[in-house]
Amino acid sequence: MRGKAARSAQALAAAARRRRRLEAALPWLVTAWMFLLWEAAVRLFGIEPFILPAPSAIAESMIKWWQPLLTNSWATLLTTFVGFAMAVVFGLLLGVAIGSSVLVYRGLYPLLIAFNSVPKVAVVPILVIWFGAGFWPAALTAFLISFFPIVVNVATGIATVEPELRDVLRALGARPVDIVTKVGLPRAMPYFFASLKVAITVAFVGSIISETVAANEGIGHLMLVASSRFDVPLVFAGLIVTGIMGVLMYWVAVTIEDRTTGWATRGQNDPRLAAGG
Amino acid sequence: MTEPFVHIDRVSMRYGGVEGTLALRDASLAVGEGEFVAVVGPSGCGKSTLMRLVTGLWPPTEGTVVVNGREVTGPLSIAGMAFQNPTLLPWRRILPNVMLPLEVVRPHRGQLRAQRAQYERKARDLLKMVGLEGFEDRYPWQLSGGMQQRASLCRALVHDPRLLMLDEPFGALDVFTREDLWDVLQSVWMAKKPTVILVTHDLKEAVYLADRVLIMSARPGRIIAERRVPYPRPRRLDQTYEAEFQAIVHELRDRIAEARKGETADAR
Repeated sequence: MRGKAARSAQALAAAARRRRRLEAALPWLVTAWMFLLWEAAVRLFGIEPFILPAPSAIAESMIKWWQPLLTNSWATLLTTFVGFAMAVVFGLLLGVAIGSSVLVYRGLYPLLIAFNSVPKVAVVPILVIWFGAGFWPAALTAFLISFFPIVVNVATGIATVEPELRDVLRALGARPVDIVTKVGLPRAMPYFFASLKVAITVAFVGSIISETVAANEGIGHLMLVASSRFDVPLVFAGLIVTGIMGVLMYWVAVTIEDRTTGWATRGQNDPRLAAGG
Repeated sequence: MTEPFVHIDRVSMRYGGVEGTLALRDASLAVGEGEFVAVVGPSGCGKSTLMRLVTGLWPPTEGTVVVNGREVTGPLSIAGMAFQNPTLLPWRRILPNVMLPLEVVRPHRGQLRAQRAQYERKARDLLKMVGLEGFEDRYPWQLSGGMQQRASLCRALVHDPRLLMLDEPFGALDVFTREDLWDVLQSVWMAKKPTVILVTHDLKEAVYLADRVLIMSARPGRIIAERRVPYPRPRRLDQTYEAEFQAIVHELRDRIAEARKGETADAR
């Protein structure tokens, strides 16, 4: 009896391991399949490379142009990162202000919404007039496009502190600053990191938009030059490199999130923690 | 009785301007220092409003609230509070959760860094007293509802408040856990002797724990009757099944039923 039970437990554990392995491999498998289908479709229907190049042609182009791809994506990464860092600082500060003061909320929120509705492509020429073509318009566009989700999330986290907890602290003589630092900010952290995942990806959108309008380097600039020469495989190579950078930055954000706000997901995978009493 | 520690004198409280809801009307009550008072009444009678007035979280519309010889004009810092919801901070372990008031209340906040060990020992002693020894380094969500409420009680007590305000602290717990916690609260009170105002809708709980039970009318609430509970301390749970205890609970029930009848009459 016991041997049987032990064996079935082993089988269960093995099944769980297989499932975890499958889950880890799944993104790679799906991506590989997508490229295979793409390749097959292009060959099967004889699509011209300047309409839709096959993945093999894109890979060829990547190998051929690896150096400009690398330097330009490095430039884009740098601009995006600078804009994103500014968005984090500014978004946190504004989010705290809006979340903790009804007056600031009422005064600024409509303006923020209006600002966020403005297409950022329309802002780039103005930034170019102010700062000249190059690094700053791109970094600032990344900043402008990515600070909004951070503000909204941080403000929500701080504004939704339980009224009872607020009462407990106020009855102890806590000042509003105490409530924000002891409760509001830590409570807003999961919201903040969730917004970072959105913000970092849209920051790439911002800097690349700006690079395609006015810049001398960056992956957006590279794609613009490539398309003007009808080098469509290189344009696609630029797109794929951008996607890879986005996934990498997203992964960094998720890793930081897991390390800092594990309490919010409450260790769901740890059976030790299910005990009560 | 000498000068009462908490004195609410003909207090009215209205929400939302002149046309708003009248939660309290001409409510008066006096609580002596070190006394344990329970406030019971029909739901929505303004019991929680009373709590917020006494702790100075809200100013009364009319009347005065005096605590410790001074009129209350803003939040008191000598009060500890606990609610039905334990409201522990999920990102802190139990010990730092309990020590939260020390980071806020004067004069402790200034001394916390220098005398950390001493304060920590105090928090650990409290946790031991409520039966949470060994759980100091757990997170709140690793504890059951009853254990969280114990921790919440410790947080309310860690800065040695002279006034303890409890707003239905055991309302969300099952009967057995609740009875355990009655004894925990009783022993903590006997050890530290703070003045306690316990708001509850559980009559048995009120009679078991309090020196005096105050009954509130339906909204707009005021204190319409009080009942002294003669039992010496420490009280034992089996006493709650004795005829005399049951008689007191019944008497309170009848009074509240009358108060509720008044409410329906008002509505017509």
